[in-house]
Amino acid sequence: MSQPRILILHAPGTNRDREAALACQSAGGDAEIVHMNRLIHGQTRLGDYQMLVIPGGFSYGDDLGAGRLWANDLYHRFREDLDAFVAAGKPVLGICNGFQTLVKAGYLPGPAPEQRVSLTFNRRGHFECRWVRLRAMVSSPCLFTQGLEEDILCPVAHGEGRLAVPDDAALQELWEGGLVALRYVAPVDLAKMDLPSSEIETQPRAPYPYNPNGSVDDIAGLCNAAGNVFGLMPHPEDHISPYQHPRWTRGHRGGLSTALFANGINAATRFI
Amino acid sequence: METIYRIEVIPRPGEMPPGYLLDDIRALGIEGVERVERRALYFVQGDLTPDQIRLLCDEMLVDPIVEHVVWGPVDTIVDTPEDAVRVEVGLRQGVTDSVAQNILARAHLLGLPGLGAATAESYLLWGNLSDAEVQAIAERLLYNDIIQYYEVGMLTPHIGVEVAENEIRAETVRITGLDDEALIQLSHDRLLALDLAEMRVIREYYVGEGREPTDVELESLAQTWSEHCVHKTFRARVNYREITPEGKTEEEIVSPLRTYLQAATNGIAAPWVRSAFVDNAGIIAFGDYELSFKVETHNHPSALEPFGGANTGVGGVVRDIMGVSARPIANTDVLCFGPLDADPATLPGGVLHPRRLYNGVVHGIEDYGNKMGIPTVNGSIYFDPGYTGNPLVYCGCAGIAPAGAHPREARAGDLVVLIGGRTGRDGLHGATFSSIELTDTTGETSGGAVQIGNPIVEKMALDALLVARDEKLYNAVTDCGAGGLSSAVSEMGEATGAAVALERVPLKYVGLQPWEIWLSEAQERMVLAVPLEHEARMREICDAYSVEMTVLGEFTGDQRLHLTYEGETVADLQMGFLHGGLPRRALEAEWIAPPMDRETLDVSLSGSALAELLLEMLASPNVRSKEDVVRRYDHEVQAGTIIKPLVGTRSHGPGDATVIRPLDTHERWEGFALGSAFNPAYGQIDPYAMAISAIDEAVRNVVCVGADPAQIAILDNFCWGNPAYPDRMGGLVRALKGCYDGALHYATPFISGKDSLNNEYTDSVSGQQVAIPPSLLISSMGIIHDVRQTCTADLKQAGSRLYLLGLTRPELGGSLYAQATALEGYRPPGLAEQGPAIARALHRAITGGLVRACHDCSEGGLVLALGEMALAGELGANLFLGDVPRPEGLAPVDDWLLYAESNGRYLVEVAEDQAEAFEALMEGMACAPVGTVLESPELVVHRALDDEPLFSLPVGALERAWRGHIQESDDLEGAR
Repeated sequence: MSQPRILILHAPGTNRDREAALACQSAGGDAEIVHMNRLIHGQTRLGDYQMLVIPGGFSYGDDLGAGRLWANDLYHRFREDLDAFVAAGKPVLGICNGFQTLVKAGYLPGPAPEQRVSLTFNRRGHFECRWVRLRAMVSSPCLFTQGLEEDILCPVAHGEGRLAVPDDAALQELWEGGLVALRYVAPVDLAKMDLPSSEIETQPRAPYPYNPNGSVDDIAGLCNAAGNVFGLMPHPEDHISPYQHPRWTRGHRGGLSTALFANGINAATRFI
Repeated sequence: METIYRIEVIPRPGEMPPGYLLDDIRALGIEGVERVERRALYFVQGDLTPDQIRLLCDEMLVDPIVEHVVWGPVDTIVDTPEDAVRVEVGLRQGVTDSVAQNILARAHLLGLPGLGAATAESYLLWGNLSDAEVQAIAERLLYNDIIQYYEVGMLTPHIGVEVAENEIRAETVRITGLDDEALIQLSHDRLLALDLAEMRVIREYYVGEGREPTDVELESLAQTWSEHCVHKTFRARVNYREITPEGKTEEEIVSPLRTYLQAATNGIAAPWVRSAFVDNAGIIAFGDYELSFKVETHNHPSALEPFGGANTGVGGVVRDIMGVSARPIANTDVLCFGPLDADPATLPGGVLHPRRLYNGVVHGIEDYGNKMGIPTVNGSIYFDPGYTGNPLVYCGCAGIAPAGAHPREARAGDLVVLIGGRTGRDGLHGATFSSIELTDTTGETSGGAVQIGNPIVEKMALDALLVARDEKLYNAVTDCGAGGLSSAVSEMGEATGAAVALERVPLKYVGLQPWEIWLSEAQERMVLAVPLEHEARMREICDAYSVEMTVLGEFTGDQRLHLTYEGETVADLQMGFLHGGLPRRALEAEWIAPPMDRETLDVSLSGSALAELLLEMLASPNVRSKEDVVRRYDHEVQAGTIIKPLVGTRSHGPGDATVIRPLDTHERWEGFALGSAFNPAYGQIDPYAMAISAIDEAVRNVVCVGADPAQIAILDNFCWGNPAYPDRMGGLVRALKGCYDGALHYATPFISGKDSLNNEYTDSVSGQQVAIPPSLLISSMGIIHDVRQTCTADLKQAGSRLYLLGLTRPELGGSLYAQATALEGYRPPGLAEQGPAIARALHRAITGGLVRACHDCSEGGLVLALGEMALAGELGANLFLGDVPRPEGLAPVDDWLLYAESNGRYLVEVAEDQAEAFEALMEGMACAPVGTVLESPELVVHRALDDEPLFSLPVGALERAWRGHIQESDDLEGAR
């Protein structure tokens, strides 16, 4: 069976593109890092790919707000192609800066182009890098998180990752639409951070630092109504080997995020 | 005249980050402030309709969910709440405003070309504040005079750069007829930092040439001959005297660099060293790849503008790695400041408060490393009053490249190609400035020496450079660092000669004189030697990555440096004179040994005092957790951080070294460890002991996590006072001797090093000149054959045995114990004879899976190491001091058994059923079981005399002492 082609988009300042490509490859995709200029100049066509990953980094230095200028690019330079890609149901994954970009371009929670929520400065007011525990919401149509019974452990590394909504109604829409795909969770017994989901009880709300940025309702990832566009602040591409686990020397395993990429790639396969 | 619009972006209620600024204001002793709000300000100049301004706001400037906006023609809008004071801060003219550049570029795409833009910040202060207090807040916290200006009230924007109508040409400078006094005056007036002997040589050269130099030539010589670029002190002829109780010895040392550092590397002759001391970074073998490593300092720029100085410190060392054609894959940083609680009233004139320096430097490192996507994985922060006037900022970077991918030889006919950022007045005289002592007016006279960084531009240049490397498009590459194009082009063209047309250099703004273009230290620029046939492909790659590329000239073959500006020759120098004309310096050096004759302790502290001391040490600024800083650096990007900077049950405890498995070689299990050691407290007694100990500890750090002791390379970074003073130079020689002995002892070659001298501060009020403490940083890079065979310091399992490897001696000089109890007259830790053999044996034990946890004993000795292991693993331990291996015939005293900082020691956790195998490996070494891991979370210490309990402490108390200052309480609800 041939592999789906995955376009890993690269803008000036993108820096987690290589590990995103590796995570996709490890999960069975044929990933290719493509600079924005190639799309802008028509040397590469988005439509030739079955999945799109907008990876982490600091596109354009995050000047004027994280992801803002990259969102302008998406919107002004190839909105039609991207709209068609999304409308076809092809999987789109935005990680960290990619999530910020999709939110600011309106694709998340969608429909574009209106920006409905924001990702803004962490409650603590500065960048933070630490591992978090993520739980998929069963109610969500997100194709990337389908069937993820085990929580994912992976790092966050951002200064502008707090999901903010304009009002309670907007928040309610996210929940009712199943658009909340992933939450930060904290076990009641913090010593059990690394145990499988079935063996822990979680707190009703994840306190800092388990919710590392103060996101409303501990929301870590959003999808669109169709479930094919998904964005999250943490970095699942940084936990695809058990030796990346922060406590592997204590014998701790699990929480790999490979399944998340495999889900996207499986969904992409039908577009080959 | 076109209208200037003022666009003020206001955070919606509840969107402001909590009061870090408020805390900083209160730390200034200003209590009346109740609330602070920061707003972004944009000024846009042009004939714009309201709809067009709204378009700019919607598209770029305002996030509709969390912000709203007020705008109007400048001077007309006022939205200051009545009870608030406004302070507004803008960038001075000529300072790069990358945000404004992005605004203009985007406005152009939106169909709004030809605008002007500037960015600024507005601070609103509420509370009961006097005018003087507002001024103090502005000047001490909100703005830096070097790059910014401020107004109380509404800011008058400076848009674009106003250019004085100056004539652009090279000046001729008279030198041939000058007497000694006039030569010195010339050097001083032009900030050349050259001494009389050097000025005389230059004068004679021009007498021989029968003409006067141009300013371009004089500046080129000053830069090439600067301490920063050519390391005059380390190549000097030194008359060294050592005075000890045994008598006086004297020797002449020609080139300390060659005599000690290079001699050690040559003597070790490790076959895996690929490049030592010659390239921009040291290089070692890594299978069919190579690893590079370099550490630099950026002290003086950081003292003046902490964010920008540290920011470009990172940028500079990253370019060093790019300069060996490698991909940067890990950053390190070691920082030294005065005490954070220093009384502002006691600071020397012109000095920024340590807290401000600390905040700015940490933010600067965070900004550059994170944005370039390089994990910052190793470092430390050290506080001492000796750094108040002159902080230290060491920045390191490690890189990886396929073996043999770095070409080193520019050929005659190759093009001189510049890629990356544009050139402005930023960073003029950086190379010579670093060779001048700081005074309270340095900021005014050397403001141009501060560089402004843009990490994204460097990342773009890196992306393009690596493609060009893989396609073998260039014959040589180097970065524009200190000395700018002058240094880069003349070093690359030393063998061939080079001709450059300076008017081709792309400028940020017009008006630069030829010498300014040539010497500018504007950031993010690389110079390549590109054969003519590759020019077109090189340009294609640069275009693909939106990187600016310019052909400046060519490498000629006539061994001359020939510079023109619009056809006129502005410099024409022999490469031979430029690089070989510098006379060797002659320096006097003297080291007088302080008394170090005390052998053991006469008195000892009570058990409860010893316990209290442990808690105090854990909580002391130099030991306690730096988690709040560590987590502001992205240490996970590139997905290869196998052993992370923080370890333990909740990733909250201290690690020894980090382990990286490069993404570039992800299909294999090889990796490397990065460690570092720094202890100026030993140096204040004996710099030799400081060097010995730093090498020992840097080696042990990486051995602890599983590095192969047979493949550890080290780097030396000296920060020292003015070497013209014999006492400073004497200490330096003494430290170099320690470097030589320590490196040979462990067979760890130096592969790169750097010295930053003249770290002294003259206070114009008292007139006193003060040198920083002698400061030697040793950084280590150790190869790990299989990253799965590594370990961390946190205790793993109750019931394990704890072994102590290496001898403990009453070496208390410079120790935390001696500092806490004001002891003097003790020797600092010396060479650990068994150190290398123990390291080899321990390595076999770790790779053989016999070691559950391992930690080195350094600052705070055995008990502090055990305390750290316990708090990281949340397990207890007992410790029997009577079992501690020590020299025969020495009566044991609990105090030094606990707290001596002897070298070569490791504390190792071994499973009971593997104890026999472990002991067999340690046959013949100083090794003894000294305790066990306990289920109950308590540290129980038994005295040497009779094994009776001496003291015990709950592990929770150890953790509270070590990291109680890390704020983890959840006082902040999720936002709405």
